[in-house]
Amino acid sequence: MKLPWEHVIGIIGLGVLIYGQWFGLVGVPPDRHMGEVARILFVHVPTAWNAFAVYTVAFIGALGYLLSGRKGFDHLLEATLEVGTLLTFMLILQGSIFARPTWGVWWTWDPRLVSSAVMLAVYVGVLVLRTIVVGDVELRAMLTSVATILASVTLPVTYFSVQIWRSMHQMQTAPTDIDSPLKMAWRINAIAFALIATWFIARRYRVARDNYTRREAPPLPEVA
Amino acid sequence: MILFFRQIVAMALKDIRVELRSPVRVFGVFFFSLALIFMVAFAAGSTTKILQQIAGGTLWLGILLTSSRSLDQSFAIELDEGALEELVLWPVEAAAIFYGKAIANALVLLVVACALTPLVIAVFDTPIRGEFWQLVLFLVLGCTALAAPGTLLAGITSRARGSSVLLPLLLFPLVVPALMAAARGTTVVLEGDPMGQSPGWLGVLVLFNAIHWSISGVLFRFVVEEA
Repeated sequence: MKLPWEHVIGIIGLGVLIYGQWFGLVGVPPDRHMGEVARILFVHVPTAWNAFAVYTVAFIGALGYLLSGRKGFDHLLEATLEVGTLLTFMLILQGSIFARPTWGVWWTWDPRLVSSAVMLAVYVGVLVLRTIVVGDVELRAMLTSVATILASVTLPVTYFSVQIWRSMHQMQTAPTDIDSPLKMAWRINAIAFALIATWFIARRYRVARDNYTRREAPPLPEVA
Repeated sequence: MILFFRQIVAMALKDIRVELRSPVRVFGVFFFSLALIFMVAFAAGSTTKILQQIAGGTLWLGILLTSSRSLDQSFAIELDEGALEELVLWPVEAAAIFYGKAIANALVLLVVACALTPLVIAVFDTPIRGEFWQLVLFLVLGCTALAAPGTLLAGITSRARGSSVLLPLLLFPLVVPALMAAARGTTVVLEGDPMGQSPGWLGVLVLFNAIHWSISGVLFRFVVEEA
């Protein structure tokens, strides 16, 4: 039996993730100021990068559907909305775990935290919309695409929130500002997350496509 | 271009005329918000300092809840007897329908906001220590900021089951930046703005309005396309 290509990517992604976790926990020395707790950044930052990337693909899917009407874009939108929401939820959870020992609280009304939570809430709303509009597939695709483009306004706001409102959350770090082992741990985990996200998106795309095909298939001929 | 603006005005006047013929919607949402403001005041207690600090936020919470009820109803009337389908069949640009409805919705919100503001000032014992024109600007820009994405989302949710639940779910998180700017700005103006913060919050509202009035105008065509 031939293994689908996305499974190959997924298995590679899991391998890279295991190596990335080992490298982040063992291969990199503890942070000078924060100690061992800073190691959560090796998954927190890659999760953020991938969440933004996946939602950007969702925006492309939405725009693609509105401009071309091709069903493939709608399947891509469905897949990326779910994976992006999962990543954003993980992002906020990791951030909260990191905030407790470093800031002393699980949650604070920091602009980056608020904008990330808003982003998650907006996309959850889009997913609920998609769940509720069940009857007409075309209408569902159209409405979800419009809502996704509107929701995409939250992406730049969240990304640039640390620059617009200087706050407790640190600003984006340039690669030149950090040592090589730390940079490597981030990059390995970012690749691992990207591969696994691709795996999930591809699988979810297939499910969405199969559901559509099943719904649109002509009825079976009656048996005489 | 002149025709486009005339279409917008005609659409807005149509919606305003509907409101004037049956002002139940405006009165309904006004008393709903008024009840909310009194409930917040009761819950917060009678300490004047606390009430003054939460006055701006409470006012905008009232306007936000008003917006979700009011916007929902603005499309509910269009769905009766296929009015929206007939409207789309007329040689009117979808963007003109959107801007007309959004302007009418913003005006409804503004009427409610203008009625609520003196009541909040009285109930929360918070005189206007800053510039009055800045308060007016916050009310106008805040209402338009809620109306633009709200009208588009009301158009979307009117096509789905359970629209009254779905609209707040989509609208509330999306308008958080505008709500924060309007509430903080209003509070700052009421307190006298000693640090000169209000222009910054007004800037956020102007940017929010510019983004959402332009994007929503373009996207509305797709919402009514299959009506």
